[in-house]
Amino acid sequence: MGGIARYITQRLFLTIPMLLILLTVVFLILRVMPGDPVAAMLGGRNVSQQLMDEYRHKMGVDKPIPLQYIDYLNGIIHGNFGKSFRTSQPVVTELFTRFPATLELAFFGMLFAFIFGFWTGVLAATRADTPIDHTIRIFHIGSFAMPLFWFGLMLQVIFAVKLHWFPVASRVGGRIAFSFHSVTGFYLLDAFLSGDPKIILDIAKHLVLPSITLGFAQAGLLGRMTRASMLEVLDADYITTARAKGLSERVVILSHALRNALIPIITVFGLQFAILMGGAVLTETVFSWPGVASFLVRSIEARDWPAIQGSIVFIAIFISAINLIVDVCYSVIDPRVRY
Amino acid sequence: MDIPRKFLFVRLLDWLVRRLTRGRHALRHQTILKIGLAIVFIFILVTVLAQYSWFTPYDPVKYRDAPRLEGPSVHHWMGTDQLKRDVFSRVLAGGKASIVVAFGAVALSMTIGSILGWTSGFFGGILDRSLSLTMDAIYSFPSMILAITLVAMFGAGIGPMIWAVGFVYIPTYFRVTRAEALQVRETTYVEAVRAIGAGNLRIIVRHVAPNTINAIMAVSSFNLADAILTVAALSFLGFGLPPPAPDWGFDIQNGQKFLQSGSWWLITFPGLMIIALSLGFGLIGEGISDLVNPKRKRKRV
Repeated sequence: MGGIARYITQRLFLTIPMLLILLTVVFLILRVMPGDPVAAMLGGRNVSQQLMDEYRHKMGVDKPIPLQYIDYLNGIIHGNFGKSFRTSQPVVTELFTRFPATLELAFFGMLFAFIFGFWTGVLAATRADTPIDHTIRIFHIGSFAMPLFWFGLMLQVIFAVKLHWFPVASRVGGRIAFSFHSVTGFYLLDAFLSGDPKIILDIAKHLVLPSITLGFAQAGLLGRMTRASMLEVLDADYITTARAKGLSERVVILSHALRNALIPIITVFGLQFAILMGGAVLTETVFSWPGVASFLVRSIEARDWPAIQGSIVFIAIFISAINLIVDVCYSVIDPRVRY
Repeated sequence: MDIPRKFLFVRLLDWLVRRLTRGRHALRHQTILKIGLAIVFIFILVTVLAQYSWFTPYDPVKYRDAPRLEGPSVHHWMGTDQLKRDVFSRVLAGGKASIVVAFGAVALSMTIGSILGWTSGFFGGILDRSLSLTMDAIYSFPSMILAITLVAMFGAGIGPMIWAVGFVYIPTYFRVTRAEALQVRETTYVEAVRAIGAGNLRIIVRHVAPNTINAIMAVSSFNLADAILTVAALSFLGFGLPPPAPDWGFDIQNGQKFLQSGSWWLITFPGLMIIALSLGFGLIGEGISDLVNPKRKRKRV
């Protein structure tokens, strides 16, 4: 497996310029664009120029732009993203306390997308050109056109407000919140560690609607790709051979066809994840989910520069890491790919 | 299910497509494309007309002497909001920001992205490498988060939204046009024109650019569908038009406050409009893909 180690190192080196460019773009956007963070933070016109200058100096935004850039990069290398103007906490701390919430949501959103997407995709491909196929295809195309926040709100109206099956928002119910203490930040994991079935049920119920919301558009995309990919694979000779051997249709579809159909789908997973993080902004806002993405939105509203910068850098690093992992996994799944 | 030929605008479009493609394509049998075009056309027409007060049943902005937060009825087909305004009238007029920003942003990113893509792919070298790396970096970042950040920095409103959403889509056009330009550059006919003495600018404008038009067309309609959703999301988060103006995304955010009390009509109808319009652009994209790449259709992808 020495090849893989070398490949990972190569990929890491390729990730660095990519990340550097992203960081520079972020820096330029935030510094060149209008909007004075000091004025926004002090929140009014009746602030003396002296106080403004004092704060500018304190925040380091009175230095020339190139110097600020060096400070900025230097901070990132040392894992120091500065202090949030709004909460006066280090941005890194803020991000790491919220990150598990986002990760948990993303994981279950992706899980829903995979299960639902693959299932509908395989169903449509194995029953190509039947009413089932047409219905699923219309549903797939429709899911791209669905505004994610609206879909989440509709789920809230139907399943929370009208039917009372699931809670409307947040990660944990009011009654449980007092007796529940999070250790890892991943609430479902904590719930299982606590061993109390009431807590587990409560946390799981809170996860259902946000996960479906986040995963829905992805499910459509995955389903569409699975269908296309499956149709191609089902035409292959080895499928005919498998059928001729007398294998059951179930085995042919699941272990012969789907396995090979998955390969092109895994490649786009990295990109899918980026879209998923974008969707997380809206899902977290709709469901009052205390994650990284909703932190970013609130920081933007407050023009909290270090927090905005930190969140974006954090997300950028996270996505680069996911892309790297996907590329490595790709070689494991497809034995034809060797490095 | 063919749309009857008597529809004037379909005939007009048919004529336009024939002219643009020099008779190579016609709209015959392009049901998906026609449905998409019909939806978009109707939406644009309604949105333009709804800016005039005689078109909407009630004034979409002024408070009225009507019941507050009332469900759909004969007088108010889509109910009323907390300020006693008619939801139906607001829904009719609420597409302005979405449509203007979507077209503006796509035009902006198409222009900048294509010009960068053509030159980058055509000249190659260090310019191409650095531009590609920059574009890939932007492309790999969640477009929604980038758009939100940009619009927050530019300020709310239609103009800033066009710049923010437009910026996000630049890499999409860059990638498409660059890939095509790389191929065209190597063809014998480009070599031939060069031998005749044509300059770089002439080759790009007359030979590289026209070859990328098909790809740009298909990408831009899918992009419009996506832009509608992005604009709606920006408005929903409060970065769109300032309050009294009717806007689908903003009205959904407003309706969210009354969701717990069961006022489902405030969010349902604006959302359906967003879906229909986005779907319309999506169908146009599907149709154009079939049109310019008939193989795709036969394979039933």
